[in-house]
Amino acid sequence: MSEVLVVVEATREFGVKKVTLEMLTLARGLGTPSAVVLGGPGAAEALSAKLGEYGAEKIYAAESEEIDGYLVAPKATVLAELVQRVQPAAVLLASSQEGKEIAARLAVKLDNGILTDVVALAADGTATQVAFAGSTIVKSKVTRGLPLVTVRPNSLNPEPAAASPAVEQLTVSVTDTDKLAKVVDRVAEQKGSRPELTEASVVVSGGRGVGNADNFKLVEELADLLGGAVGASRAAVDSGFYPHQFQVGQTGKTVSPQLYVALGISGAIQHRAGMQTSKTIVAVNKDAEAPIFELADFGVVGDLFKVVPQAAEEIRKRK
Amino acid sequence: MNIVVLVKQVPDSGADRNLRTDDNTVDRGSANNVINEMDEYAIEEALKIKEAHGGEVTILTMGPDRATESIRKALSMGPDKAVHVVDDALHGSCAVATSKVLAAALGQLNADLVLCGAESTDGRVQVMPHMIAERLGVAALTGARKLTVDGSTLTAERQTEEGYEVVTASTPAVVSVWDTINEPRYPSFKGIMAAKKKPVQTLSLGDLGVAPTEVGFDGATSTVLEHSKRPPRSGGAKVTDEGDGGVKLVEFLATEKFV
Repeated sequence: MSEVLVVVEATREFGVKKVTLEMLTLARGLGTPSAVVLGGPGAAEALSAKLGEYGAEKIYAAESEEIDGYLVAPKATVLAELVQRVQPAAVLLASSQEGKEIAARLAVKLDNGILTDVVALAADGTATQVAFAGSTIVKSKVTRGLPLVTVRPNSLNPEPAAASPAVEQLTVSVTDTDKLAKVVDRVAEQKGSRPELTEASVVVSGGRGVGNADNFKLVEELADLLGGAVGASRAAVDSGFYPHQFQVGQTGKTVSPQLYVALGISGAIQHRAGMQTSKTIVAVNKDAEAPIFELADFGVVGDLFKVVPQAAEEIRKRK
Repeated sequence: MNIVVLVKQVPDSGADRNLRTDDNTVDRGSANNVINEMDEYAIEEALKIKEAHGGEVTILTMGPDRATESIRKALSMGPDKAVHVVDDALHGSCAVATSKVLAAALGQLNADLVLCGAESTDGRVQVMPHMIAERLGVAALTGARKLTVDGSTLTAERQTEEGYEVVTASTPAVVSVWDTINEPRYPSFKGIMAAKKKPVQTLSLGDLGVAPTEVGFDGATSTVLEHSKRPPRSGGAKVTDEGDGGVKLVEFLATEKFV
C-alpha cells in the first residue's frame, strides 16, 4: 500500500493535537500512514510514542532552527521535496491556519489541487466538505496531482492502532526565499488547563447577555465542570468581555464539538456559522424568541445568572 | 509606499447562500453581493499606512462585471484607483489558478505591500496570501492583528493558539489581516462621490499573459462532484425557567451522558 503523509500538528504545551490523531485514523483507510514532523531540533522525539500509538508506520522528522524560526515557507519546501520523493497516495494536513498555509504553498510548488475543511475522505480521493456556515455539504475531488487535503478538527473519532514507527531524519535545505518572514518572538498567553477551542469535545460560550468581562467567570466555571473549552460570540468579543482568540463564528473559529452550550447568545448568523455543526446544542437565553433556540436540542428561557449557577451546583452534586 | 489591496466580492454571509445546480460554482446571480468583510480591514490598514507614510493605494479585484459595485464601494473609503481583472474564461477557476492570475496582475503593479483579508466569507480557504507570496517569491505575514511599518521593514503581531507571534519581513511582502486590526471607516458622502471618478483599469487574461486554458474549468485543479443542502436543525425542547431551569438543563445533559 502507498504511504499517506500526515503532517503532524502539535503544541508545545500539550504535544500531538487531536486532529493529528484523527488524520492518522483517516490515513489508515487510504494507505500506510507516515507522520511528518516539521519543527525545531528535537521536535519529533516527544511526539513519536503518541504517533505510533495511532498507527504511524514511519515518522519523517525535519528538525531545524530554520523551520522553527520562520513562517511556513521552509516547512512547505521540505514537504514538497518529500512528496516528490515518496509519491504518497495523499497528503493530509490540519485545517488550521498553519496547515492551510503549508498546503497552499505546496499546491503552488507542485501545481496540485487543494481541498480545505475536509470532514471525510474516501479511498478514491472523494472528499466531503462543509460549506457556507455548515449549510451545504460538498463532495469534491482533486483533479490535478494527488489528494492534498486539510482536515477539520473533530471530524472523526481517533482510533488507536499500535505501530512501532521508524524515524527517518530529513535533510533540511531551504532557500533564502523561504526565510523572508522571520519569527522574532513567541509570547505564550495564559490559557490554563482548558482544551483547545477547535479540538474540545465540549464548548461553553458566552455572548452579549453575559454582560461584562467579570461575569465570564460563570461561563468558565461551567466549562470547567464539563471539561470543556470557553468560547465567545462576536458581540461579547467586540464588547471586550473575552479575548478574540476565543471567538466562535464567521470571523472567528469554527467548532464542531459533541456539546455546545450557548449562554446569553442570541444566535445571529455570524455566530451560527461557527457552531451549527455541533452534535448537541444547549442554550440559555432570556429572550424566548432568540434564534439560537431554533438550533438548540434543549433550551432554557431564563436569566442565565440564575440558571447557570443552579446548573453548576447540580453538576457538582452529581459528581 | 505603493500598496495594493486585494478585494473580493462575495455573497452576503448574512443571507442564504448556495452553489449553482448547473455548474457547482458559487451562486452569485441570486445573491446580494458585497465586499468580503475582512477586506475592509485591509483597506483601512492600507489607508492608515498611506496617511502616515505617503504613497498610493490600489484596489485589485478579480471577478465578473458585477464586481464593479464592490470596487466602487472600496474606492469610496479612500483608495486612489483600482484594477479589475475580468474575463469570461475565469468562471470556475480554482484557488491555484486564481493565485496565478492575481500574481500576474501584481507583477504589473509593482507593489511594495499587498494587503488582504485573512480569509473570505464564502470559501474560508485562507490560502491566497501564501499562494501569491510563493508565486512572487516574497514574504507573507498572515493573520496580522497589528502591523507596523518602519521604512521597508514590516512587523506584524499574529494570534496563535498558544498566544501570539511577532514576525518581521522586508518589503515587498503580502500581509493578511484579521478583523481585530482596526475599525474600518465608513465612506463619507464626499468619498462616495469621488469614487465615481476614480480610475478603474480593466485587465483581461490576454493583458496578463495568462492562457484561458490555465484558468476556469479547463485549468481547474479540483472539481466539485455534487452538493446538497444540509437539513436545517430543528429546535428541540424549550423550557421556561420557573426556578428549576438549571436542574432541568443538567437533567438533559445527564440523559445525553455529558454529566
